[in-house]
Amino acid sequence: MSQRRDCRLFVLIGLSALSMAASLWLVFGYVPNEQIMGPVQRIFYFHVPSAWVAFLAFLVAAAAGLYYLLRFDWRLDAVQVASAELGVVFSTIALVTGSLWARPIWNTWWTWDPRLTTTLVMWLYYVAASMLRGLVETPERQARFSAVLYIIGFVNVPLVFLAIRLWTTIHPVLFTSSGFALEPSMLLTLGMSVLALTLLYACVLAIRVRVGVLETEISTLQRHWSTLPHADEGGLE
Amino acid sequence: MTDWRDALNVVVKDVATEMRTKEALGAMLVFALLVIIVFNFALELRSDNVREIAPGILWVAFAFAGMLGFNRSFALERENACIEGLMLAAADRSMIYVGKMLGNVVFMSLAEMCVLPIFAALFDVPVLNPALWLVILLGTLGLCAVGTLFAVMAVSTRAREVILPLLLFPITVPLIIAAVKATGQVLDGQRLSEAFVWLRLMLGFDIIFTLLAFLGFEYVIEE
Repeated sequence: MSQRRDCRLFVLIGLSALSMAASLWLVFGYVPNEQIMGPVQRIFYFHVPSAWVAFLAFLVAAAAGLYYLLRFDWRLDAVQVASAELGVVFSTIALVTGSLWARPIWNTWWTWDPRLTTTLVMWLYYVAASMLRGLVETPERQARFSAVLYIIGFVNVPLVFLAIRLWTTIHPVLFTSSGFALEPSMLLTLGMSVLALTLLYACVLAIRVRVGVLETEISTLQRHWSTLPHADEGGLE
Repeated sequence: MTDWRDALNVVVKDVATEMRTKEALGAMLVFALLVIIVFNFALELRSDNVREIAPGILWVAFAFAGMLGFNRSFALERENACIEGLMLAAADRSMIYVGKMLGNVVFMSLAEMCVLPIFAALFDVPVLNPALWLVILLGTLGLCAVGTLFAVMAVSTRAREVILPLLLFPITVPLIIAAVKATGQVLDGQRLSEAFVWLRLMLGFDIIFTLLAFLGFEYVIEE
């Protein structure tokens, strides 16, 4: 059973490595320079997929949280925590790459655009949510608090976006109702990058969930050990 | 069973407790005034920019004062293990939420009623305006809906009060934006229909988060 899981994880890691190599080649060796922005535009192929994966990760965290509140299965707790942590990591990447890209193109590190602000607010909220988790004593309560917080956090994302969009925006809109506003070769590269980072997310999530499950098992064993009558006589023999 | 009288009893209990000490209300009021005064210095208000800045200051003051109140409402329950008594009561957990939330709405509204005349005097803005009161009511409802839920989580952590603002302010970003914009439009003497977009956003926020908190409360208060 666990060998089959190992096998699946290795396949996932392999696929992710392959797609990342392919996307790196596409980004640096295949796709042409953007006409106006030049080579700096290539950061786009890391920026957009990171932002996408961050949203996906928060969605998975909220879904796992909802499912946890229905089932109370502690493995779902491992999934929601892992996914929210990864969401914070990927939104950090999206914010930093976006900022680096904005400096030469918009001539500023930051603007209060809906997408930027929404990502920042989301990032702050999920950081606070994981801080709260660290301050709660019992694992069961940690899980319930996190589940409620992740669901609320995700529901809030469209509202934040809507509120800020009512101001004007300079962030380019890629996906309109009439299709993609992108060159085919760029679209291919973007697609590959999105696939690569999504697979990477899946890999890290799988590993992180395993670590979470092991952590819980160890702490259960430790608690069990400390309640045994000979616990204070010394360590394991 | 869902019995709205349980919620009302919680409100009555909270108001009765508060009226004996007036600790939370006094703190909220003084703090709100302090925020207004500090911002007055920090932003160098002049007669030509006061109209643009005043709504923002008002809502920062309200949100900060509300935060104090939310923390207080559950810290008090924790102190003498009153929350256990509350949970033992033969009332639906969701009704406890509704009661605590309405109690917070009462306290916040009382504090706001005291702050508004002073705000009007300091910034020379007309506050005798039912449209403004509607905006304030919608904003207060939203803040209390989320604040009550987060406060019960915050008081059961080791950090107690510290964590509440970190969660509350990111979540209420859309509400605060809409409240500030709507307040600005109302204070500028525009008709309520001009601010309709923002009022709708606030109403949506209130409904969504009251429902979510109503459903989520029993998971976070459970021992």
